[in-house]
Amino acid sequence: MTVTAMIAEDEALLAANLNSELKALWPELQIVASVADGQSAVDEALRLQPDILFLDIRMPKMTGLEGAQALVEDWHTGEKEFPLLVFVTAYDQYAIQAFERAAFDYLLKPVESARLAASCARLRQRLKTRVLPRNDSGALDDVVRQIRELLTSKTSDASSNATDRSAPDRLTMIQVSMGSTITMVPVEQVLFFEASDKYVRVVTAQNSHLIRTSLRELMERLDPAIFWQIHRSAVVRCDAIASANRDESGKLTLTLHEHAERLSVSRMYADHFRGM
Amino acid sequence: MILFGNQTNSIWRTAQVSLVTIVLGAWLYSTIFRESITEDVIYAFSVVTLTQLLIAAGRYGWMRYATRSSRGHRATEIVRPAWQWSAAWVILCVIVGYFLGVHLGNMIIGDPEVALTMTTRTRMVSLSIATGLIPAMFVTFYYYSVSRISRIELQAQTALRSAVESQLKLLESQLEPHMLFNTLANLRVLMIDDPRRAQGMLDRLIGYLRGTLSASRAKMHPLHSEFDRILDYLELMAIRMGSRLHFEIALPPALSDAPCPPFLLQPLVENAIKHGLEPQVQGGRIYVTAKLEGRVMILRVRDTGAGLSGASTEGTHFGMKQVRERLAALYGSRASVVLAPAADAEGGAVATVSIPMPSASSASVTLKGTP
Repeated sequence: MTVTAMIAEDEALLAANLNSELKALWPELQIVASVADGQSAVDEALRLQPDILFLDIRMPKMTGLEGAQALVEDWHTGEKEFPLLVFVTAYDQYAIQAFERAAFDYLLKPVESARLAASCARLRQRLKTRVLPRNDSGALDDVVRQIRELLTSKTSDASSNATDRSAPDRLTMIQVSMGSTITMVPVEQVLFFEASDKYVRVVTAQNSHLIRTSLRELMERLDPAIFWQIHRSAVVRCDAIASANRDESGKLTLTLHEHAERLSVSRMYADHFRGM
Repeated sequence: MILFGNQTNSIWRTAQVSLVTIVLGAWLYSTIFRESITEDVIYAFSVVTLTQLLIAAGRYGWMRYATRSSRGHRATEIVRPAWQWSAAWVILCVIVGYFLGVHLGNMIIGDPEVALTMTTRTRMVSLSIATGLIPAMFVTFYYYSVSRISRIELQAQTALRSAVESQLKLLESQLEPHMLFNTLANLRVLMIDDPRRAQGMLDRLIGYLRGTLSASRAKMHPLHSEFDRILDYLELMAIRMGSRLHFEIALPPALSDAPCPPFLLQPLVENAIKHGLEPQVQGGRIYVTAKLEGRVMILRVRDTGAGLSGASTEGTHFGMKQVRERLAALYGSRASVVLAPAADAEGGAVATVSIPMPSASSASVTLKGTP
């Protein structure tokens, strides 16, 4: 069985070098693609389903961490096992601590040959144990847990770091500008927020508005006890949820009290919904 | 006497002031007027308590009024009333407090004749108030001085800490580890593949590092040195980013020796790359220019990147804040930095720094002979 790998690195020289060093250290390894931004990394990884994915952290469009989260959310179960992730970063002490806590492989740039060789040996070992028959969703659950750990330790570091940021000032009104008028939407009327490209869709029982912001910035100013993230691109007000239904493939879907739209819950956030 | 500050702190201080005043006042009274110390303690207690309550009520009323009229500001930023008003209010409180307090004391002791008689009223009252006021003023002044000294000390410490912090941040941003290690990673690759280019890159890195170290010592350097450092930085970034980065830098010969704070433009160029070009897969261009408009030197860093409406504004604010603070420290209100969307079709952002030019003679004196 050939082992396939993919490289996501925005600096061309570094990508080419990682490629050639990997070839020298691990001749059987087949490098199926090399991409230069986070979005392409996710798209190509979903398409090519490599065994190993080397992910740079700082990349255009999507960071390596966001890419890993998107990949976990969109990965099709039952086809192939989730790639082994290896994060590559030049310097980011918080990220490194987070990788270690979440037990992810990582490489520091400049990548020393000895370090890369050790990493390859470990990857080989892990692929060998993986060949043994194993429950697919179990392996994916492990990655989900790892990434959740990574994201939470990242945010806790960020919040303890921001000493000068006083208590977050909670958003009470959302001001939607449309041409020359500004519509005021009270936060408590919002059923859910949905990110789409550079905009966030604000959905109330009657209306839907577009605001030009990122979901991440918006979430910093929302009460996390009331607004639950259910997908990397969706946040829902918890008391707007009528029910959560799980289909045969294990996919969770929410129905709302005052809106016909159904929202899907990604496996990253599925643990919000567990019967009492 | 009206002290603003931490709520519990000020209550505690008021209680201390009151207690010492009561004891001192009662002792003075009983000595001067040869009265019973117990009764005087009761009088002093009721007078001081009522006076303090009146002062506190006035302070509370002012706070309510000031908060309402300056909505949006934080409580600590409330404007204090003019000292004349405070003083007038305190005097009024003392007089009213005195009469009410004596009345209250009479009621407690049950003897309406003790303190005042009709014939000696005016003299007695003024003497009595004076006797009460002396310890009160003394004690208040003491506590006021103590809190003032500690406040001044705190201010001095904060100023020192923020100065050290900003210097550290400046150095850290110049020697940004992410930039340094990524550059080294590229060098490591080029050493094998293209030794000549590796050497060129190493020369740029050496120039950049040398510039960084000398910049932390000098207060000013000639503009051509500033542009040389930016060229080093952009050349390093160009090797890393390849075709995603194009740049042009233009320094008119007339401005080549104009004094410039070292590494002033660095955070602006860094922001143009980090927030302008890096988020875009196709990259973009950066222009760094200088020109003279009257007696003002205009430095511009312009990119054709993602523009300002993008999500990551936090870092931009930090870089801008750093430049703004340095300009304010060096030139006061005579210099400025403005970040705005670029006006033409290429888009992106433009940061404009305006620095006053020194008169021709002083410029040549400070910088003549600098290589």
